[in-house]
Amino acid sequence: MSGFTYPILPGRHLLAIEGLQPPHISALLDLAESYALLNRQGKTQRDLLKGRTLINLFFEDSTRTRTSFELAGKRLGADIVNMSVSTSSVNKGETLLDTAATLNAMNTDLLVVRHAQSGAPALLAQKVDAAVINAGDGTHEHPTQALLDALTIRRRKGRLQGLVVAICGDVLHSRVARSNIHLLSAMGARVRIVGPPTLIPAAAARLGVEVHHDMRAGLSDADVVMMLRLQRERMAAGLVPSAREFFRFYGLDAAKLRHARPDAIVMHPGPMNRGVEIDSAIADDPERSVIGEQVEMGVAVRMAVLDVLARGLRRNA
Amino acid sequence: MRPLLITNARLLDPASGLDAPGALLIEGGRIASLTGAAADEAERLDAGGALLCPGLVDMRAALGEPGAEHRETIASAAEAAAAGGITTLCLLPDTDPALDDPALIEFAIRRGEATGRVSLLPYAAATKGCAGQELSEYGLLREAGAIAFTDGRRAIGSARTMRLALSYARAFGAMVVQHPEEPSLAAGGAATEGELATRMGLPGIPAAAEAIMVARDIALARLTGGHVHFAHVSTAAALDLIRAAKAEGLAVTADTAPPYFDLNETAIGDFRSYAKLSPPLRREEDRLAVLAALADGTLDAIASDHQPRDADDKRLPFAQAEAGGAGLATLLGVTLAQVHNGALSLAAALALLTCRPAALLGIEAGRLAVGAPADLCLIALERAWQVKAGQLPGKAQNSPFDGRALEGRVIATFKAGRRVFG
Repeated sequence: MSGFTYPILPGRHLLAIEGLQPPHISALLDLAESYALLNRQGKTQRDLLKGRTLINLFFEDSTRTRTSFELAGKRLGADIVNMSVSTSSVNKGETLLDTAATLNAMNTDLLVVRHAQSGAPALLAQKVDAAVINAGDGTHEHPTQALLDALTIRRRKGRLQGLVVAICGDVLHSRVARSNIHLLSAMGARVRIVGPPTLIPAAAARLGVEVHHDMRAGLSDADVVMMLRLQRERMAAGLVPSAREFFRFYGLDAAKLRHARPDAIVMHPGPMNRGVEIDSAIADDPERSVIGEQVEMGVAVRMAVLDVLARGLRRNA
Repeated sequence: MRPLLITNARLLDPASGLDAPGALLIEGGRIASLTGAAADEAERLDAGGALLCPGLVDMRAALGEPGAEHRETIASAAEAAAAGGITTLCLLPDTDPALDDPALIEFAIRRGEATGRVSLLPYAAATKGCAGQELSEYGLLREAGAIAFTDGRRAIGSARTMRLALSYARAFGAMVVQHPEEPSLAAGGAATEGELATRMGLPGIPAAAEAIMVARDIALARLTGGHVHFAHVSTAAALDLIRAAKAEGLAVTADTAPPYFDLNETAIGDFRSYAKLSPPLRREEDRLAVLAALADGTLDAIASDHQPRDADDKRLPFAQAEAGGAGLATLLGVTLAQVHNGALSLAAALALLTCRPAALLGIEAGRLAVGAPADLCLIALERAWQVKAGQLPGKAQNSPFDGRALEGRVIATFKAGRRVFG
């Protein structure tokens, strides 16, 4: 891809969207867009990460994100190892830094980390020589998800600036929502968060978003409706009385979607709870749902991130 | 031991208002004279104009002993205390085992005496095992030397238990010290709820968890006539309640700790677990309210709130890391920072570290008076230094003030007339 100006991230890791400036984000999305095109053409770039080692270090189960990173790495020619560490053995925490020391000794170049604790990838990043990519940490951030969402929106709507994006559901526990809020706000979109007050984080308005507790008002004239996964344990914790009540007031169905713009797209980071936060008829509607395209863009975005970070590595392959 | 005359000092006794150049004579472990008169055989020490004040009375410190000696021992804490100018140290009882038995109180006192550096005054557990259920044996524990009753960093959550504790403690003239945090609101929390915790994705503890507990316990103090003391108060709302309760004449007192007037929540940025404390660091408005409450007398004392933690406790993802900061070596320096920037007068700041906590605890300490124990602290007020975790005296290095530049350093500490530091 000669002649391409490669974007430089502000650090050697990708730990969060917060702190990235619009030029970083635009450049990453542009590069990802070009990878999306290559992927559709069936072309690969297997020399780019040749000789580089990528470790997928997952302390939390995730088939989707892990597979996406694996595919992205393989398309760029990296050697890939998947490590799934059972959460029970990590609860003592010591294992996290022990693992860091082990991975360092193996001369890992790129480390993709998912962890149930906010800040865990940042802690690892202090201890390893590899470039660390946060693949989701606790309720903090999931930067590549926000990038793939932005790329999907940009392809469908041609822009991010000025769009009304409604992020709906369990915002309190959502790292996807946080990363999206930071990214979309930085790029000039108008972000709303919609959900019951028990699932909206404290001081949410201080993040520069509009807060709504009524789906109809929240979706009014929205260009993009982004649904979040509601985990069953939120009901056990008493934050939501029941799944049926949640679906009635905050689940996305055709009636609620009518309040959005007629050309509004529907997104979901997956995996979906059909009948809880989203009606199957909407999730599977090819006119509205871009959930499949999100997955496709996920690979392209991760290729772009791996490419950029590998270029910043000190040790040459 | 020969008498010792400390000359050329600035004598400052916040209890009497004395603040004048002079000399102080130590004889037989006690202050023998403040006039400069001394027998010829007395040893002389030229203080070079440094400040000589009572040794500090730290009314709240957790030590690792018994049960967590890898974090701190009574001996290592005494070393840190002496370096910090502290000559009286109150030990929290939520150890392992908890100090809920007279034999354990006697053990702690003996271990303190063995250090030769500090008076170690243990609190006894307010409830057996600090479990918040049954009251411990207040009478027997008082006889053994317990200074007051508390469950340490665990809140006494049950209103009924707190009511009983406040009532029963009256019979033995002791106060009940509460960690003011509503436990069901605080459970699982790692930071003060608000914008920063939201951005960091950390489970929050609402600041109201403190005010709720303070409001409840003030009502119980009114009901029982007992003396409730709130430890490490950190929010404006709780301080307003305490101010009003004092105006009403209730037996309500409170302390705070240096992190709550020197730092705000932004210190936890980048998931800095050394700044993870309990209660959590608050918003800037709350920090300013704590300073105002120190200045207007609402707060009765500044305590170190020393909580030793080792690297394994802290080098964890933030929410999993243990809360607590080392505070013995920095208690004076961080407090003096508020003198240097004009928020507190020197006499008021030292009163909060000496005679006021001593009065609360009902002990003979914290005064420069003829006949008082010669527990003294010699301070170079303008001497600059930097807090460096890893180089602090004692074992615990988990300072939330790591990197902080301070002005004012202890140059010597005397315990019962014996030089124990410097």
